[in-house]
Amino acid sequence: MSSTFPSSTLPPRSLTANALPRWAPLLVAVVSAGLGVLASVLFSWGVAGLVLVAGSAMLLLLPLWSAVVENGRKAKDRLMTGLVWSTLAVALLPLVSLLWKVISKGAPQINGDFLTYTMRNVILAQQGGIYHALIGTLLVTVMAGIISIPIGIFCAIYLIEYGAGSRLAQAITFLVDVMTGIPSIVAGLFAYALLVALLGPGTQMAFGGAIALSLLMIPVVVRSTEEMLKLVPNDLREAAYALGVPKWRTIAKVVLPTALSGIITGVTLAIARVIGETAPLVIICGMTDGVNTNPFSQAMATLPVFIYSTFQEGTGTSVSAIANADRAWGAALVLIVIVMALNLLARFIGKIFAPKTGR
Amino acid sequence: MTTTDASPRVGRRLGDLLFAGTARAAGITILIALAGVATFLIVEGIPGIVTTQSSAFAGKASFVSYTWPLVFGTVLAAVIALLIATPLAVGAALVIGFYAPRRLATPLGYMIDLLAAVPSVVYGLWGATLLAPKMQPTYAWLADHLSFIPFFAGPASATGRTILTAGVVLAIMVLPIITAICREIFAQTPALHREAALALGATRWEMIKMAVFPYARSGLVSGVMLGLGRALGETMAVAMVLSASSAVTFNLIGSQNPSTIAANIALSFGERTGVERNTLIATGLVLFVITFIVNFLARGIVARGRKGS
Repeated sequence: MSSTFPSSTLPPRSLTANALPRWAPLLVAVVSAGLGVLASVLFSWGVAGLVLVAGSAMLLLLPLWSAVVENGRKAKDRLMTGLVWSTLAVALLPLVSLLWKVISKGAPQINGDFLTYTMRNVILAQQGGIYHALIGTLLVTVMAGIISIPIGIFCAIYLIEYGAGSRLAQAITFLVDVMTGIPSIVAGLFAYALLVALLGPGTQMAFGGAIALSLLMIPVVVRSTEEMLKLVPNDLREAAYALGVPKWRTIAKVVLPTALSGIITGVTLAIARVIGETAPLVIICGMTDGVNTNPFSQAMATLPVFIYSTFQEGTGTSVSAIANADRAWGAALVLIVIVMALNLLARFIGKIFAPKTGR
Repeated sequence: MTTTDASPRVGRRLGDLLFAGTARAAGITILIALAGVATFLIVEGIPGIVTTQSSAFAGKASFVSYTWPLVFGTVLAAVIALLIATPLAVGAALVIGFYAPRRLATPLGYMIDLLAAVPSVVYGLWGATLLAPKMQPTYAWLADHLSFIPFFAGPASATGRTILTAGVVLAIMVLPIITAICREIFAQTPALHREAALALGATRWEMIKMAVFPYARSGLVSGVMLGLGRALGETMAVAMVLSASSAVTFNLIGSQNPSTIAANIALSFGERTGVERNTLIATGLVLFVITFIVNFLARGIVARGRKGS
């Protein structure tokens, strides 16, 4: 009885009636692209006009067709699908443009001399380099790491293993959230105010930059380590306790090794985040043309500040201005490569060593 | 017997004490660090507020009249950034969450994350040398045809380095933050509701409207607020892109643009000395308070959303 019900009441018709064929979007895309090419040739609008016309034609034609053949709801769905995809395209457009510009302008600058020379006594368009800035960035970042990695990891250990639920832990969790939101320039001002209060006005030293960067780095390390420690199964801890292992050895020998890959990933990402920070270093580290390896006195050049200062000096059409603008692009390419390499390294570490927590 | 029993226990306790003490000390260091930030900014900022030296306020009468245009510019740039970034970020998160095939979704997510990895100084370089000149013809067109709207009153800036360009660059920088939070929130919406909506014949958009957005609303608000916190404090991109004066104007495309607090500090710190620098530290304190309030509200909304669900 029930099996005969559908065929007896409904007229026999195909499932695909009142529906656009599967190849409809493709056809509309081809037609829109054709319209775009036509418009850009007729009105000489260039590539931007082509993309704009083709995109809006695609956005309009498919819903219109759908409204005629299908129904209003499906037409709206197709319209929204188009809009949502185009937001993603618009969001990724700047990334493509930026990477293309940095690579095409920066790559001609990169050579052995660019990486191994400083800017001392370099005038006009002579070959200068970023060696001093690389050394400075390395020193400042390593110092920031030495300060913030132990504090961050131990703080996360306290939050997860010892303090869980206590009032102090709640206060620290809240303050780590606050720290995440500190603008980088405020961190720089803090380091400057601290040094001025301790050492007198006008102090410039790279160690101050390390203080500012660690202020930005600690919350990232705490957050990621916390997440990783939460993933460690409680069974492992309880098994260790049951064997009579003291709590600190359980943490050091069981919990931390289990979470190690995740912690290293988090730390690498934190380094990648602060290595490109500019604002605090402009204030506290300053800029200089030569190598300075003493972090406790005088200005020290760093890669981001080098980009900023050569950009500032690179406006205009004089020979030295053009040379400086080129150096800024070269340094920007080096900085982006470093940051991307750190990000890839972090993902690599995460992938290779991840299965430890999967048990 | 008692001694052999007691000694390992004492050793055990010592190790535990040391370890727990170190962990607790690390936690307390964070308390001290933040207290230090507030204290030193206040101690070094107050002389800059009460000073009578007029050069500290760059010719303005008082600290308030010096800071007000900067606060205005900071908020204006951040609001422009959010107006642009929010729809794009929600759309991108929807694509990654619901539209893209799974094999494509992961690399797309990585690419959005790459946007967050680019250092702000590189955004500034790109914005000032590529984006601003490209925007300039648009501004000229807006000033010619839409000048009855106060935002596009014109005359258009010749360089394109306006607060609108700065807002666009900021939008690109906050987009990955909002997208990341939206993705997280969208993934938490109940799968049963989504599947039920689809099973009842809803189109994909109707499913998103009925089963995703209602659950995601508080998360969306907090994500936007976190983006706002980032946009308010962003320094280098604005400092490099914007050609700033101390004007208070809603004209987004002119050559007279309000500066932002952070950009103003970075640009003028080097040429200032003594108490003039204290004034800059005081403006930094104002920025700190503003971002603190915004982040505080955002976290509050997140916490309330978690409790409710």
